[in-house]
Amino acid sequence: MSASVKPIANTRSGTGIPTARLITWWVIASEILIFGGLLASYIMHRIAHPEWSESASHTLTWAGAFNTFVLLTSSLCAVLAYKAADAHDGPKAAKLLRLTALGGLIFLCIKGYEWTLDIREGFVLSSGGFWSFYYTLAGLHGLHVLAGMIIMLMVAADAAKNEELQRVECIGLYWHFVDIVWIFLFPLLYIAR
Amino acid sequence: MTTEVHVHHPNYVKIWAILVALLIVSVLGSMSHIREVVLIAAFGVALAKAYMVAKNFMHVNIEKRWVPYLLIMCLLFIAILFAGVAPDVMKHSGLHWSKNPADQSAPSAASAAPKNE
Repeated sequence: MSASVKPIANTRSGTGIPTARLITWWVIASEILIFGGLLASYIMHRIAHPEWSESASHTLTWAGAFNTFVLLTSSLCAVLAYKAADAHDGPKAAKLLRLTALGGLIFLCIKGYEWTLDIREGFVLSSGGFWSFYYTLAGLHGLHVLAGMIIMLMVAADAAKNEELQRVECIGLYWHFVDIVWIFLFPLLYIAR
Repeated sequence: MTTEVHVHHPNYVKIWAILVALLIVSVLGSMSHIREVVLIAAFGVALAKAYMVAKNFMHVNIEKRWVPYLLIMCLLFIAILFAGVAPDVMKHSGLHWSKNPADQSAPSAASAAPKNE
């Protein structure tokens, strides 16, 4: 699709930033407030309840560490996809985006396995303050991973045809933000005991 | 008019390798029995990793200036939320207030209640 027939929202740039990227930054800003509020609540409650350390000791550090590795690697794929899109190589960008989505799928599978073990041990949402935050924070983050995967696959389908390549950067920005959230969730939920 | 930011692409694989090395440092640090080491390994490394991802993968450093301002403003709002709410959550009483007067008037009932974690 040529730029001349695109909707004006895709082409105008009153702020000096293409509108699609501008919207992505606004989404990220609102997500900072959502996750930031939750994380701030968790931190203040965690400091007020030193006894939560005992609950935190039941989380699987290796699973959290492996998931961090998976998300960092998927972020690498996302930024390489952006580099490919920048070079107008849509098919390569699509391939890398699909690899990124695969990283998200692996992340969710590990998370599902981990939650299954937790629940079998009797640690459920209502087991205490720590577990309420644990499931809420990790669950909300998991939903963002899932949403990112779905959008990424849609963007990859267009990119494979060398269409709408500007979207590759936008979904990449979102994915890196989801990665950063996990970078903070990992020490808060798995390491700090 | 669409303004494009021409990005100089750094060596992303090298940055990823540094991020993975930092992850290993944080996991090894968590095995320490010294609390300060654990906290620095966990949160110091997390801050370093987040900075690297934002700078090198999200290219915040070359984005229009008001984008980092927007993100910093959101973080400031979170800091204000924390500063405003934390005393109520983390302290049981203050100069002219106590968090739960009902508990203080009926200490036996409060102590008999099952502890939440």
